[in-house]
Amino acid sequence: MNARLLPYVLILPVTLFLGVFFLYPFVLVAKLAFVGSEGLSLENFRDVISYWKFPISLKNTMLLAAVVVPVQLALALLMATMVNRMEKGRDLVLYIWTIPLGISDLAAGIIWLAIFEQSGFLNSMMTGLGLSDGPVNFLSYQNPGIVFLAIALAEIWRATAIMLVILVAGIGLIPKEYYEAAEVFGASPWQRFRRITLPMLRPSLQTALILRVVLAFEVFAVVAALGGTLFPVLMGEIYAYQFDLQNTNAAAALALIVLAISVVFTLIILRALRVPKGATI
Amino acid sequence: MTDAATTLVDQSRTRSSGRWLYAASITLLCAWVIVPLYLLLINTLSAPETVNSFPKSFIPEFDLGSLQFFAGFRGMLEALRNSIVVALLTMVMSVLIGAPAGYALSRFEFRGKELFRMLILLTRAFPLPLLALPLAVLFIRTGLDDTAFGLALVHTTLALPFAVLITFSLFSGIPVELEEAAWTLGCTRLTAFTKVVLPLILPGITASAIFAFVISWNEVFAAAVLTIENRTLTAFLLQTLGEAPMHLKFAGGFILVVPALIFIFAVRKYLFAMWGIANR
Amino acid sequence: MFSIKSLAATAAILFTTAPLQAEVLFWSTQARPVEEAQAMREQVLSGFEAGVDYQPNEDGPWLTRLQAELQAGSGSIDLLGALHGNFSALDPETLMDLDDLGVASKSETFNNLAKLGTDSLQYIPWMQASYIMAANKEALPYLPEGADIDALTYDQLIAWSKAVHEATGEAKFGFPAGPKGLKHRFFQGYLYPSYTNGVVRTFASDDAVVAWEKFRELWEHTNPASTNFSFMQEQLLSGDAWIVFDHTSRLAQAFNERPDDFVAFPAPSGPTGRGFMPVLAGIAIPKTVTDAEGAKALLAYMLKPETQIATLKATNFFPVVDVDLPDDLPPSVKAAGAAVAKMSAASDANPGLLPAGLGDKGGDFNRVFVDSFERIVLARQDIRQVLDDQKGQLAAIMEETGAPCWAPDAPSEGACPVE
Repeated sequence: MNARLLPYVLILPVTLFLGVFFLYPFVLVAKLAFVGSEGLSLENFRDVISYWKFPISLKNTMLLAAVVVPVQLALALLMATMVNRMEKGRDLVLYIWTIPLGISDLAAGIIWLAIFEQSGFLNSMMTGLGLSDGPVNFLSYQNPGIVFLAIALAEIWRATAIMLVILVAGIGLIPKEYYEAAEVFGASPWQRFRRITLPMLRPSLQTALILRVVLAFEVFAVVAALGGTLFPVLMGEIYAYQFDLQNTNAAAALALIVLAISVVFTLIILRALRVPKGATI
Repeated sequence: MTDAATTLVDQSRTRSSGRWLYAASITLLCAWVIVPLYLLLINTLSAPETVNSFPKSFIPEFDLGSLQFFAGFRGMLEALRNSIVVALLTMVMSVLIGAPAGYALSRFEFRGKELFRMLILLTRAFPLPLLALPLAVLFIRTGLDDTAFGLALVHTTLALPFAVLITFSLFSGIPVELEEAAWTLGCTRLTAFTKVVLPLILPGITASAIFAFVISWNEVFAAAVLTIENRTLTAFLLQTLGEAPMHLKFAGGFILVVPALIFIFAVRKYLFAMWGIANR
Repeated sequence: MFSIKSLAATAAILFTTAPLQAEVLFWSTQARPVEEAQAMREQVLSGFEAGVDYQPNEDGPWLTRLQAELQAGSGSIDLLGALHGNFSALDPETLMDLDDLGVASKSETFNNLAKLGTDSLQYIPWMQASYIMAANKEALPYLPEGADIDALTYDQLIAWSKAVHEATGEAKFGFPAGPKGLKHRFFQGYLYPSYTNGVVRTFASDDAVVAWEKFRELWEHTNPASTNFSFMQEQLLSGDAWIVFDHTSRLAQAFNERPDDFVAFPAPSGPTGRGFMPVLAGIAIPKTVTDAEGAKALLAYMLKPETQIATLKATNFFPVVDVDLPDDLPPSVKAAGAAVAKMSAASDANPGLLPAGLGDKGGDFNRVFVDSFERIVLARQDIRQVLDDQKGQLAAIMEETGAPCWAPDAPSEGACPVE
């Protein structure tokens, strides 16, 4: 087949598919964002941005992503390299570590609420061990720091596996000879990690990071379960516009803003972790 | 391996403490994942009064009341079957459609490549609940409404970015030289692909398949809007779970978690079986 | 690849069934909790011969699906069940006129609401509820001296919560301020009417400032995790809260599980009476109905006295037609029923109505109150400033919709003014 046409043939199915099931509804909805009370305008964008909760939910969303994603990246890298060295029981350990993949965000919210609520497991344990006299109210407006921590922990627990699986598959492709050669030259494990694993893993790192960051901006269910009304995030505001206020135009406008933020961060990651064509050895 | 002969006392000491640290961190990380799930299990197997009591016990009392409630729920099995059908369809479609695009992205420079990548990512950057209305109208008009296939199409849209990007990153990890070598040995582009590249990226394919399955399994909104008589388990159970009494919340959550865990367990071999073909 | 063949085989088996049902599809936002949904199916709807497919949904999917069917011009929903607020946000044109059915509730007020501003019934009132107070019996010893639990004032409620707080060291008043909590109803139907004898007109009055100051006082003794609470039965059962306010059906589980541990009682009263508000759910038929006859038959069935009693037992929502209540009612129904009866019969009762005429601005209207709460109580901003600020939003909503005042606000000509 003509080599110039081949890539287009290969991407055609995806393009058609996304064209019908994503672009078509997306254009219909996105259009609404620009429809104001008197024809075309940016009124909806002005409305959602000037709403007093917008800066708070924007800050919360960004802050959560800024804390959660790097921790997840570090943790996933650590787990992936650890499992890479393993001889016995690798299957089992990896299975356990990928379990949270199968757990929906709603279910994860339920689980972590059972841990942090006033009569929850954490308080039971602390009382049992004599660390506290009675149940402590972790998820209250008086302890915004703890609320944030609880949300971050739950998110780290729930979504690290996504990165782990991608990285494990990527690490598996790095030829073992590299490590053996490095060992011969006396490279420390840290040096091996810095000089071999990280550079070779770049394509997988890029993918894992982009997917995770995009999803981090869409965080909602876990936050709602643990943070209640204390920790508004952008996605919650979108749902409020769409379903509580039935203002699809404003919801679409806010969703487009989130989309723009995602695009900016994606571009940054793409730049920072540029993957050379068909990585050479 | 000749280090046994040259072991120094010092080295073996650091090595054994390193090994200890290594084992301890693995155990710790396993516990980090398992303990919250164990707590879910405790609450699932507790009587309603225990779920609301304080302090809580850390040993389950094996009260099956909450699970029995769901066992007697009309339509559970049907919903379970629908969920599995939709998830399997999603898995097959997203891999079949997504992998070729991943290959194209990693191997070719072509005009519009960046645009294409952006399109893929944007799919995940816009909330589905906003898209559900036009999609539902489209589906009702075309007769796709309330079919497993129709819902699988929407779920495939959600899973495609994962499938394309994961396969892309894995293809990128495989040297072009490997393929080129196969061509010089008389393979066509296609046979080089199936004989050399495909076995290498099977773990990645499995990873994207797992993602597709799990995404479809846990998706609530589109499932609730686009299925009526053929409800999926998530639409049937999960969307109203948040309002259920505590003990049923936990039991319902547990019931939803189990099938996904079984699925991951069943395919985990393939995720890692091809491990290190490149180097042995 | 893991046996694709066996996968395909499984898939083939799984596909071959396509159940053909002629059941009436009942698309509802009510009775969502799994137990209630199950009770609706088994105890309420099983008596309808043609068979019913009862599907409870969250508001989001409920509305999205309905809108999709209306836009596409065809669909599968036969009967809609939802709150007054859900219906008033719909275009009345999309619902069938139900006058010729010959069924209606016994309450003229409800029937008028159900017309949604048109001349004919757009939905039929289906069932009603209200918001009440409930307490753990352990809290009773701390009641302020001379206070009658069935005729509490807000000041006594604050004193009581304070006494509990001081005695136990924990703030044990519970308020559903979580994301799904019905807090806005407390402000619209209870706090404002009790302190200002109005909701819209008096929104930013000096009396309103007093009301919010009182609520801030109560908040001092409110469980600080209340911003996570949406169903107060959970905190009653766990003991995290001892004195609570919530929707009757969101308290039911506590009374049914441990009937001897809790008491239900009327909402407190303020300077302008004992404000309270009903909850009204209705049934409607969308214009895109496929089985109009089946839908009408089911609607009539839902309004029968026997069905209404079964519905009461299943959902803790009370009948809207005349019925003789049997003795074998669940504890939650007995407790809630008694509390609502005392509240309505109280000499200082100041019943409010549901917001009417707001159309799809009902959500914006609620947001005004929720935002005021979050700014005044959670963010501790200046009350006067917040109210003056929010007042603008409220006035804009009233002007845009032209909704006239409803009780306890004094009637208005044209849009209800914010004074």
